Amino acid sequence: MDIIVCIKQVPDTTEVRINPETNTLIREGVPSIVNPFDENAVEAALQLKEKHGGKVTVITMGPPQAAEALKTTIAMGADEVVLVSDRAFAGSDTWATSYTLSQTIKKLGHYDLILCGKQAIDGDTAQVGPGIAEWLNIPQVTFVSKVEINGATAKVERMLEEVNEIVACPLPAVLTVVKQMNEPRLPSLKGMMRAKKAEVKMMNAAQIEGDPKNLGLNGSPTSVVRIFTPKAKGNGEILTGEPAEIVDKLLGKLKERKTI
Amino acid sequence: MLDYGLTEEQQMIRDLARKVSLEKVLPKRAEWDETGEFPWEALKAYAAADLCGLYIPEELGGMGQSEFNFCLATEEISRVCGGVGVTFAASALGSVPILLFGTDEQKKKYMPDIAAGKKLAAFGLTEANAGSDAAGMETTAKKDGDYYILNGTKQWITNGGEAETYSVIAISDKSKGPRGASAFILEKGMPGFTFGKKENKMGIRCSATRELVFQDCKVHKSQLLGKEGAGFIVAMKTLDMTRPGIGAQAVGIAQGALDEALKYARERVQFGKPISSIQAIQHILADMATQVEAARALVYACARMVDAGAKDITLPASQAKLFASDVAMKVTIDAIQVLGGYGYMKEYPVEKMARDAKITQIYEGTNQIQRNQIALSLIKELASSKK
Repeated sequence: MDIIVCIKQVPDTTEVRINPETNTLIREGVPSIVNPFDENAVEAALQLKEKHGGKVTVITMGPPQAAEALKTTIAMGADEVVLVSDRAFAGSDTWATSYTLSQTIKKLGHYDLILCGKQAIDGDTAQVGPGIAEWLNIPQVTFVSKVEINGATAKVERMLEEVNEIVACPLPAVLTVVKQMNEPRLPSLKGMMRAKKAEVKMMNAAQIEGDPKNLGLNGSPTSVVRIFTPKAKGNGEILTGEPAEIVDKLLGKLKERKTI
Repeated sequence: MLDYGLTEEQQMIRDLARKVSLEKVLPKRAEWDETGEFPWEALKAYAAADLCGLYIPEELGGMGQSEFNFCLATEEISRVCGGVGVTFAASALGSVPILLFGTDEQKKKYMPDIAAGKKLAAFGLTEANAGSDAAGMETTAKKDGDYYILNGTKQWITNGGEAETYSVIAISDKSKGPRGASAFILEKGMPGFTFGKKENKMGIRCSATRELVFQDCKVHKSQLLGKEGAGFIVAMKTLDMTRPGIGAQAVGIAQGALDEALKYARERVQFGKPISSIQAIQHILADMATQVEAARALVYACARMVDAGAKDITLPASQAKLFASDVAMKVTIDAIQVLGGYGYMKEYPVEKMARDAKITQIYEGTNQIQRNQIALSLIKELASSKK
């Protein structure tokens, strides 16, 4: 089966600093890594390839230095990597990013499955994976912790807050994976040597035939107005007793606070 | 660190050995030290990273037969745990006799699995009454038609019981003295070949150290390494090749201790400032770093001589092993001093490093034997230059 994995190069810290004037990430001096959830996606793809055969192609949208992140995935065992890079993509929000990646995927030809990390540790939106599925008009399953492929169907376990949900979905589909799915493998020496020589396929805005109105800053309907640290939520209070009793207590409290 | 002109591949090997060690060994090393659990988990990770065959030629499944690259990996592994480091290196010690003296058939049979990290090797020379005096060996190999019958016990064999492949030295003809020993390849599971209990050691505690016990163990003559009577040559040439590896292990342990001492000195506040700003501490750290670098330079130079095809490396190999292991002992003890009372506690890793370091002055030839070798080489050199 042919699998496409979408990854993002992110700063190597969850403590991202923000430039308060521009509301963008300060990337200087912070080493870059493959977004950890995306490494789980790469590992999942490699395991599926080991079981079912096929090809793993890893793609990313980013500046030229994002090629390093792609090479990391070759060292893990990815077959091909594609870097979609163009000045026209600068300032993309999740709408423009998912559009750009979906256009790239269309140009890559046949695929059975698309895997993404559930979210990136810098932006934390968790929107790009689902966005790609929408642009390609194929099914999506998010927060995936387990996947089994049976012919043209995937049996997928979703890790939700309270329960795990098992769903079936036809292929091709987009799955976004959680870190509980697997433990990403370390690179091997042979893989690193292959990565050193490997060619990173480059694609630009013209090659993916992207509609300019969906690209980059101009194609991004959202913009970050302000970034701030929200106030910590105070400790909640749990009311106990019989339902009728609790309702009475609750109404009392709400009246006390003049909420009702 | 000095610039040793590492190639890009060598930098990859060093970085990868470090990465795997930090992820797979660091979280477990204190537990393994306490329980003595054999670090199969770590060895599997090194195998998956293609690091087990660095000293083995490519045609035998290895990564290019480089003593230097093997030393780089051994150093980085030992920097995190000396016990895992010796386990990794002892497989090379068990394999080198086959690489140096094995027939093509023997090499093809045993080396690919060792190179892939699927199997470990071990080397059996030492006995209860034959330590520094290897000629005092009592294990016998009596010829019987197409077979040799082995009887006797090898002691303190690293990877004993865990390894599948053993290079063992035994006396095949006592009347011939040093020319009466022969080397054999044995396999775990051969009838008459069993193991003693795992020894309870001061340091390198996760490594397996066991007796190899031979009771009428029947070995086919095709398992002979080199010619009959070449046993001591096999042993000596093997140790020449592997002593730089012990040097690398010692450098790694010492570097690990220096890392910890430096980190602690910058964090520990006394008299209102980090102790790293106190000259008494600075001087200890400066001496530690200088000694570690000198040991590393000697080990690397020796390993490069081996890779360049030098014929006689007894002198530099002994010097590298001697110097690096003495440095490891001194530097780890100094690291405990820098950490003070904390250094003496098991919550910090430096007391383990000192316990691990001690063995490097003892095994693969005690440092007293190394000095004998060095002096002998010097005298030989002088004598031959006067001819």
